[in-house]
Amino acid sequence: MNKEFWIYLLILAGSTYLIRAIPFAAMKKKITNKFVCSFLYYIPYTVLAAMTFPAALYCTGNLVAAALGLAVGMLFALKEKGLTVVALVSSATVFAVDLLMGVI
Amino acid sequence: MKLFIRGLKSGIPIGIGYIPVSFSFGILAVSYGFHWWQAVLISMTTLTSAGQLAGIGIMVNPGQYIQMLVSQLTINVRYSFMSVSLSQKVSENFCGFKRWLLGFFMTDEVFAVASVQNRVEPKFFAGLAVAPYVGWFLGTLLGGLLGNILPEALMNALCIAIYGMFIAIIAPVVKRSAKDLAVVGVAVALSCIFYYVPVLSQISSGITISICAILSAVFGAVLFPKEAENE
Repeated sequence: MNKEFWIYLLILAGSTYLIRAIPFAAMKKKITNKFVCSFLYYIPYTVLAAMTFPAALYCTGNLVAAALGLAVGMLFALKEKGLTVVALVSSATVFAVDLLMGVI
Repeated sequence: MKLFIRGLKSGIPIGIGYIPVSFSFGILAVSYGFHWWQAVLISMTTLTSAGQLAGIGIMVNPGQYIQMLVSQLTINVRYSFMSVSLSQKVSENFCGFKRWLLGFFMTDEVFAVASVQNRVEPKFFAGLAVAPYVGWFLGTLLGGLLGNILPEALMNALCIAIYGMFIAIIAPVVKRSAKDLAVVGVAVALSCIFYYVPVLSQISSGITISICAILSAVFGAVLFPKEAENE
């Protein structure tokens, strides 16, 4: 992985930097195209949704615990408890359920 | 200096919030077979959650450079939108050089805080960037180092933190708009199809995330176009 790591890192960091900096430095006018604006509005949420489901269900190695962790996280997220709280309660739920299932 | 301090203070909640998330990234990276310093280096040079997560998923396979580029461009295109949006609000002394320098720190949360300012001064933005960067670095370092030491049950539990953060970003938005919910629903449905349907599931995750995200965003832009108001 080592030699390829540096090439991968260059692509990862380079593309992420440029996609942030170029529009920030170059953009002087407002985008008016309705389709483009709408597309750009939806993209952050569709990316996050596609990354989370269903992958998050399988990341902990315990499907039930992960599902419950996500459900509890969702509940807190809907109450707008903030990123940190939601991240922590999801983890805590997975930990607790995992532990309980081990005991039972 | 006052502006810098004000920015610094505004960034502290973001920085604290980043620690558990980057912690879980560090753990995940080490569990994928990366060294702790590689995880830290990725975080320090890239500074993004979703992109890094997809990135290490691609990096474990040899030679998928195109996939890496395509997935990063898709996942991170939102930053362009934020940069464009924020470029309308910056003060006159936010010159080209400062934009090239500070543009690096444009994360979702930094953007969110900066964009509610009436005018964004370079010093404020520079201060704002400090705590999130330190938090992102520190969390990754701790996750990468402790990932090997912590019990497996705790590591498994922390892996879900990063997804919890994603849900926390999505949920408040879809709660307010049935249209946004429908668009997100399409993204999830497509993602599930790519995950569970036998032939499709062999396509690399970086590509499928891009496909799902683009198709569902196009679906939204066609069926539920947004009015040209400021987001």
